[in-house]
Amino acid sequence: MSERAQQLLEAADDELILGWRNSEWTGIAPLLEEDVAFSSIAQNEIGHARALYELVARELDTTADQLAFDRPPEEYRCAPLVEVRLLDWEKTIARHYLYEEADSIRLERLKQSDDPEVAGLAAKIDREEAYHRMHAQMWFERLEGEPRFTAALDELRPQAGALLDSEQRGDHTPELTELWEEMTMVRRSLPAGTTW
Amino acid sequence: MVTAAQVWEALAQIPDPEIPVVSLVDLGVVRDVEVENGRVRVDFTPTFLGCPALEVMRDAMAERIRGLGAEPEIRVRTDDSWSTDLITPEGREKLRAAGFAPPAPRAAGAPTLVELRSAVFRCPYCGSTDTRLENLFGPTPCRSLRYCASCRQPFEQFKTL
Repeated sequence: MSERAQQLLEAADDELILGWRNSEWTGIAPLLEEDVAFSSIAQNEIGHARALYELVARELDTTADQLAFDRPPEEYRCAPLVEVRLLDWEKTIARHYLYEEADSIRLERLKQSDDPEVAGLAAKIDREEAYHRMHAQMWFERLEGEPRFTAALDELRPQAGALLDSEQRGDHTPELTELWEEMTMVRRSLPAGTTW
Repeated sequence: MVTAAQVWEALAQIPDPEIPVVSLVDLGVVRDVEVENGRVRVDFTPTFLGCPALEVMRDAMAERIRGLGAEPEIRVRTDDSWSTDLITPEGREKLRAAGFAPPAPRAAGAPTLVELRSAVFRCPYCGSTDTRLENLFGPTPCRSLRYCASCRQPFEQFKTL
């Protein structure tokens, strides 16, 4: 696999898996506004994943859906930070903040790509991510100095390094397999050759 | 033989699936139309990449083009060449009249919280700028929620993209 494909797959897998995790707040977030916010962020992240998978799919002669759902969990390139199920609000916000910070650096790199398709898509994604970053910043300001939030940031920060370093990727948490079971259940239950 | 002008006219009849007061042409998402030997190629940009209405819009465009007796090819552009600045003046007025505040112009950098919390956003109902940000996110990816303290009316603000 080319370096370009690997780089795009890392970003796509991160966005897909985090999108699923964010969607776990739909219906049960502590505030109605946050229910709407996390559902909307989830929808955006999965939209970004699809557009990134489509670029890779053309290079690898496959489809975005096959890349998203037909690989075994060990072949995903996502970072452990996005895999874990965090149903404590302060941990969700800590991950959101750390992820958006790293993702912004990654998007700046991709925007500099010599490949106009990669640079163009990264620029579009970055415009949308600006709203995620503002949301993360707003919560950071609100919770800054709160002991539970500080502890969550300290706990999760070491995992954030892998977001910007391919060498640190490859190992997965057991939670990825659990999520994968859920995420691919419907698709796996269909007879082979079913078209969507 | 179908002409590009006829195609533009047909596409201008397609309402946005989520904000039906505006058409796809009003939104500026139809970027280019080319007609060649009975084939019509349309370049189209999604507003937000995660917009669930993408397929609906693509199918609606293909159907209208077939209705003109031509074979459609819809190409989706996923670069940064569309912005909310491309919403037409007519489109912006239709949005406002339907209670959606039109997007502010795109600046060189990304929007900031300081800007969104400032008093430059006008209520589409009473025109007051005494409005506040309620939620960066709304019922669809392209909208935020604001509240007008002057007429005590919540309203939706089209995000600047």
